[in-house]
Amino acid sequence: MTASAHILQKGSVTRVMLLVLACLLPGVLAYVWQFGWGIVINLAWASILALALEALALRLRSYPLKPFLADGSAVVTAWLLALSLPPLAPWWLTLVGMLFAIGVAKHLYGGLGQNIFNPAMIGFAVLIISFPAQMTQWAAPLSLAAQPLTFGESLGFIFGGGLPPGLGLDAVVSATPLDTLRTGLLQQHTLHEIQAASHVFGSVGGVGGEWVAAAYLAGGLILWALRIVPWQVPAAFLAGIWLTAGFLHWADAGRYAAPWFQIATPSAMLGAFFIATDPVTGATTPRGRLIFGLGAGFLTVIIRAFGGYPDGVAFAILLMNLCVPLIDAYTQPPVFGAAKKK
Amino acid sequence: MMELHRFPGGIHPDEQKAQSAARPIHAAFVPKKLVVPLRQHIGQPAKPVVQVGEHVLKGQMIAEADGYVSVAIHAPSSGTVTDIGLAAVPHPSGLPDLCITIATDGKDEWMARTPVDWRNTDPAALRGHVRDMGIVGLGGAVFPSSIKLDPAGNPPIHTLVLNGGECEPWITCDDRLMRECAEDILEGARIMQHLLGASRVIAGIEDNKPEAIAAMRAAAQKLGLAVEVAAMPTIYPGGGGKQITKTLTGLDTPSGGRTTDVGVQVFNMGTSYALARAILHGEPLISRIVTVTGHVLRPQNYEVLIGTPMRELLLRAGERDGTTGIIMGGPMMGFDVPNPDVPVVKSTNCVLAKSAELFPPKPRELPCIRCTQCVPVCPAELQPQQLYWFARAKDLGKAQEYHLFDCIECGCCSYVCPSHIPLVDYYRFAKSEIWAREKEKRLADTARDRHEFRLFRQEREKKEKAERLAAKAQTKKAEAPVLSTPEQDAKQKLIQEALARAQAKKAAVSPKNVDNLSPVKQAEIAEIEARRAKIRAIAKQPVEPEQP
Repeated sequence: MTASAHILQKGSVTRVMLLVLACLLPGVLAYVWQFGWGIVINLAWASILALALEALALRLRSYPLKPFLADGSAVVTAWLLALSLPPLAPWWLTLVGMLFAIGVAKHLYGGLGQNIFNPAMIGFAVLIISFPAQMTQWAAPLSLAAQPLTFGESLGFIFGGGLPPGLGLDAVVSATPLDTLRTGLLQQHTLHEIQAASHVFGSVGGVGGEWVAAAYLAGGLILWALRIVPWQVPAAFLAGIWLTAGFLHWADAGRYAAPWFQIATPSAMLGAFFIATDPVTGATTPRGRLIFGLGAGFLTVIIRAFGGYPDGVAFAILLMNLCVPLIDAYTQPPVFGAAKKK
Repeated sequence: MMELHRFPGGIHPDEQKAQSAARPIHAAFVPKKLVVPLRQHIGQPAKPVVQVGEHVLKGQMIAEADGYVSVAIHAPSSGTVTDIGLAAVPHPSGLPDLCITIATDGKDEWMARTPVDWRNTDPAALRGHVRDMGIVGLGGAVFPSSIKLDPAGNPPIHTLVLNGGECEPWITCDDRLMRECAEDILEGARIMQHLLGASRVIAGIEDNKPEAIAAMRAAAQKLGLAVEVAAMPTIYPGGGGKQITKTLTGLDTPSGGRTTDVGVQVFNMGTSYALARAILHGEPLISRIVTVTGHVLRPQNYEVLIGTPMRELLLRAGERDGTTGIIMGGPMMGFDVPNPDVPVVKSTNCVLAKSAELFPPKPRELPCIRCTQCVPVCPAELQPQQLYWFARAKDLGKAQEYHLFDCIECGCCSYVCPSHIPLVDYYRFAKSEIWAREKEKRLADTARDRHEFRLFRQEREKKEKAERLAAKAQTKKAEAPVLSTPEQDAKQKLIQEALARAQAKKAAVSPKNVDNLSPVKQAEIAEIEARRAKIRAIAKQPVEPEQP
């Protein structure tokens, strides 16, 4: 016996996930343009791992493979993790990250739709805690690199660890602007001194990174226009960063980076439009989404400014994931005709 | 032009109305057999007042209303009652129900019809007449109209809404009825307005039915009735009671309440028409307009006698190969009927033939990803995804807390769900679980009350008996001991003899499984019996000889 409705709108989980991937493409292109081929290799490698691990987990849980592999959610997780890792991350780093993302954060919690934490962010958190050295070896922007790696050389570095003869590690990797800031501040330099001494800082954000951030923003706006993500989360997340960073910067401009700089980082834009908006692990009510976004933005800046890690987006989102049931429970909007009842 | 308001939520599914709306309503026909269920309305099923073999006339009452929330049922055509019993009915449960089956005689012979002078009839008597004419809401809810026409509520009804929303795809029965019988509809509305004392009458019709709007306006002008005919935007479920009330009056029906709580009473166009036929022409509700559409050769509206098997309609509209089933109602809120022989009932507004192309099998249900696409389309402004989790987890208390009972089961959430989850099924399940538990609780409460009373009664009787015995003992002590008299002895002897006779008779009559055995077997049994007797004799002796 089937009941209503007998007709369905066109649309599927697969469509949602494919649109998310499509809207990530501008960011990926900007990444390749600014940082070279490494990210493409990482994306492909992570996607292969995601599908393989997903298939394995589904098999172990006696779930049908086809519908769940086709839903595209594993590939989205793979891309989000790959885009959060250094573009020249060694192959095993991605493997460990994906193991925790798909195996632990997703399937141990019950698979699609059941996970409390964003799988990609769990993968990221495990890696940054376990392998801080590898996680901060960021590929240098092409405009700053002594000699950009070709596709083949990138492949060789990621899977073999070897560099072309005559090329040192320093020639291809560099610290991110956030990392540079952090190290400089720990050495008691002022913000102004750090920015003057380093060439990783661009006009708003970091060299190269600010373009990637802009491309994420463009893709994210398309995602919002397609009604795949609600406006509340990215808006509140960016507002949370801006307000918190603005307050700190106003209080001590020598120690705390400017709000626009904080927003123009790729991690902030990726987090705002693609990670904090993950429906499974985010708040579902309009007011709840504002609180969720604001909280994540606030925590991001707090962790960046006072925490032990250069960036705070992943931890901020994971902490807010924890609060979702509480946020949802206390922000239920009134139902039709509710105001008149009391 | 009156001001219209926007109700929350809603969707725009493919209308699919053109197929059946173009042709006029086909006149009623008389099938060989009519199967008329006794439960075609909300409330108590009607009580049969005819017997098998009895000849009935068209329009004759065959079952009477049983109580306040009930209506009468009438013979849709003349013929002979051949059966009163269980038969397949169109119900989501697929279970059979009590029906009166009539073999028609083809004469279609009416009983005497008497119009009622409604202006000079006592309102209560008029409502009773409405009930006895079998009038129920024909929009789908089939609630007895007699009750809805009773204005004895608070606040008073200020607005009567005629619901011409017909927002479900495929269905056009109200559209055609308005085009062809607008005057009758408005005559019915006049009686409703009289009974309700409403100062305002609004006919709300979705703007995808311009001919119906024009016909209703023309009829209102011709009859000189102050009916406002409003063209509403076409949004599903704009024909829902609370939704049309919001659209036309801007009033929000309270959560958990009815439109009458804000002084608005809503009637379907078909109900108004049926009321006019009943009061002004003396014709009880024995037929209705049904849209026959979908996978048929000639989609069309039919006037159909209640009890006509749906198969007959498919045959007339041109049954096609590849029919995969029948939906009663529209594709949003309708349900699959168990087989094509189930009868058309008062709530049947549409018989929708399915095919694999029109209604492809649904894709596999995937887990909810909490995307909340269901939230903005919900006309009750619920959180469908939360209700789904609660229903799945059988967290019924939470489901109620999140206003499960405000769900009108319109199916908008199921329609948009990218995981293809049949959400409404989950809500129906949760609702029925809650009803079942409440019923169980009531039964348990009654049982406990009874048990407690029984204990109390037993205690009381014991006490009374003890007191009685004590009193008796007192009197006995006072009197001399009574010795046996010869009369008593004779009586005892008679009783003993009678008992002995009865026992002997019983032994002789009761069959034994050892009666028809071969002599060898019988000898064996006798031997075993002897052994048993011996053992019994041994067992009766004390284990140890008693000490001297």
